[in-house]
Amino acid sequence: MRLPAVRFGLRTRLVGAFLLVAAISAATTATLTYREARSAILKQAQDTAVDQFRDRIGAQAVTLPMDEEQLRRACRSLAREGKPHPWTVFAEYGTLRVSSSDRPTSDVVTPALRAAARGSAHGSFQRVVKDGVPWLTVGMPALVDRGDGGQPTGLVLYAVMRLSTEEANVEAMVTAARDGALPALLIALVPALLAARSVLRPVRDLRRAAAGIGRGELGTRIEVRGSDELAGLARTFNDSSTKLQESVAELRQAEARARRFASDVSHELRTPLAGMLAVTEVLDEDAAQLNPDTATAVRLISTETDKLAALVEDLMEISRFDAKAADLHLDEVDVAEAIRKTLEKRHWQDRIRRELPDGIRAMLDPRRFDVIVANLVGNALRHGAEPVTVRLRTERRGTTDRLVTEVLDSGPGIDPAVLPHVFDRFYKADAARTRSAGSGLGLAITLENVRLHGGTVHAADGPAGGALFTVELPLERPSEPPLEGPSEPPSEPSLEGP
Amino acid sequence: MPRVLLIEDDPSVREGVVLGLRRRGHELRAVESGEAGLAALGEFRPDLVLLDLMLPAMNGVQVCRRIRGTSQLPIIMLTARGDDFDVVVGLEAGADDYIVKPARTEVIEARIRAVLRRLAEPAGRGGTEIHGELAVDRAGLSVVKAGQSVPLAPSELRLLLHLSASPEQVFSRQQLLEYVWEHSYHGDARLVDACVRRLRQKIEDAAGSPRYIQTVRGFGYRFGPLG
Repeated sequence: MRLPAVRFGLRTRLVGAFLLVAAISAATTATLTYREARSAILKQAQDTAVDQFRDRIGAQAVTLPMDEEQLRRACRSLAREGKPHPWTVFAEYGTLRVSSSDRPTSDVVTPALRAAARGSAHGSFQRVVKDGVPWLTVGMPALVDRGDGGQPTGLVLYAVMRLSTEEANVEAMVTAARDGALPALLIALVPALLAARSVLRPVRDLRRAAAGIGRGELGTRIEVRGSDELAGLARTFNDSSTKLQESVAELRQAEARARRFASDVSHELRTPLAGMLAVTEVLDEDAAQLNPDTATAVRLISTETDKLAALVEDLMEISRFDAKAADLHLDEVDVAEAIRKTLEKRHWQDRIRRELPDGIRAMLDPRRFDVIVANLVGNALRHGAEPVTVRLRTERRGTTDRLVTEVLDSGPGIDPAVLPHVFDRFYKADAARTRSAGSGLGLAITLENVRLHGGTVHAADGPAGGALFTVELPLERPSEPPLEGPSEPPSEPSLEGP
Repeated sequence: MPRVLLIEDDPSVREGVVLGLRRRGHELRAVESGEAGLAALGEFRPDLVLLDLMLPAMNGVQVCRRIRGTSQLPIIMLTARGDDFDVVVGLEAGADDYIVKPARTEVIEARIRAVLRRLAEPAGRGGTEIHGELAVDRAGLSVVKAGQSVPLAPSELRLLLHLSASPEQVFSRQQLLEYVWEHSYHGDARLVDACVRRLRQKIEDAAGSPRYIQTVRGFGYRFGPLG
């Protein structure tokens, strides 16, 4: 069960919480103040009324017993003196019920007050709300003072007054509180927004920095402000990204070292190999005259030197790709002709089915394209089965033309377990065969050459079985020849520094 | 058999190449530094120089420039693939061809033969052809421009002879690599471009707006039209 608040942003929630706290404080303060002020106002009103009423009764000359007419006069006399509140005076004397008004009894005087007034010499009061109108009722027994502090006479006088002024004052207070609370809340919104801003700025910084790290900008750091929890978070973030940066730098250095090592090793191997390769023919030619064991050993050395030389060349080639030192020497090429020449160079032309439409010209690096085609066809001949087909076509993808070269063999296809690894370096599809005819780098070099051209190479099973390798290169057609006039070669190597 | 001067600092490569080429009947002199190589030029009088690019002290490119200063002797550079910049500089300095090490002797010998064939084998027709201010003597293998003899390195001469034999016909770089250098179709087109640049500097009035060796953008090069 998710709270609806979770859907709101952090800022909204912060401001909301702040305003809620402000509202609760304001309401609490207002309520307490209202209650205190109200009771103070009412208390003062009733104390004044009670005192006055007692004084007036004391000042009234009471001669007992009284008849109804006397009592009514006394009541009216008392009622005239009701200040500041006009009051109505009721008197109860035995069974006599008179008042200063037309009605002899009041319906706001409660039995409880009557009982209290009769019991107490000092009189009692009670606030009564009747039909929504607040009344103050004061009951006061008339006393006969014979030097003993006063004895009840049996006459009880009641003053009944409306608390309308006090009610108006209290009403005004409520209105003031209500009218004051809304602007106060609006004013509270300003510090709430400021506080939210200052709390949220580190959060925003953190988000920006985390996104930076995600983009690979590992140098991203957060400015640490103050010493609160967010500052601690920022410090932790900075520490973590420093560690991450260090680890990544270490990894990159290790990788660079490994690559440099491979490159150095192949460089170092090349010089002795150059000497050895120059003399392998001497070995081959003279082997026939040696005794059979020596001859076999000599031929073995010759063959393996050739393989070693090829392997070192491939390693150097891969090292250059790794060091991003591989250059593309583009030239305008008749693609079908280039593929035919690749097959001829390796005496494959009779073993390969060719579907090579004429007239496709493209900007390619001829040497690298030769390597791409030769490695794929060589791979098909070695690991697949004949017939092998090389197919060339162009395709339009959106606004760009693609040059598509396919090499399809008739073998069993590629094992799904092997498929993700066919372009890996030194990946052996068959674990039992520790050495294949190739260097183990052929398809990896093909992949790098294709990438260098900005293209893709894809391995899959053909529609009718067999492995299908598809190379797609962006097709940049050479510009058309001008009809007349000389011009400069399009892609001359620069002679200015590297 | 051709006399070959090998300038190579690494002893095993030097010995290997000397052994391999001697068995094929070449006469070889091997030296280990550029200075020694330049010194041996006059006395040994080689038909061809095999020049390692990475030499101590004076490097291969400098040696190449020094040789070209006085002679149009065929020069083949020995280089490692990946030293691409050096190859370009070496070609600009006037080398005719290059071989990527390590290489089998048969490859080295094939290149030597190809470079020397450019000199030994005059193109079919004899006599002197006149193209504008250029007089090309196919039998005598010499080129004269406005009465002045133009010294051309073997690759430059061979390229000029090939292009001028079929004026206004366009040849792709791959075709020129096959015909002139006897390289594979997928050889290094920079050989052609560098050679064209050197040739233009020697025979064009303004190398920037060539008249004889023209670029056909998107296809290759052609000779003329002189218009």
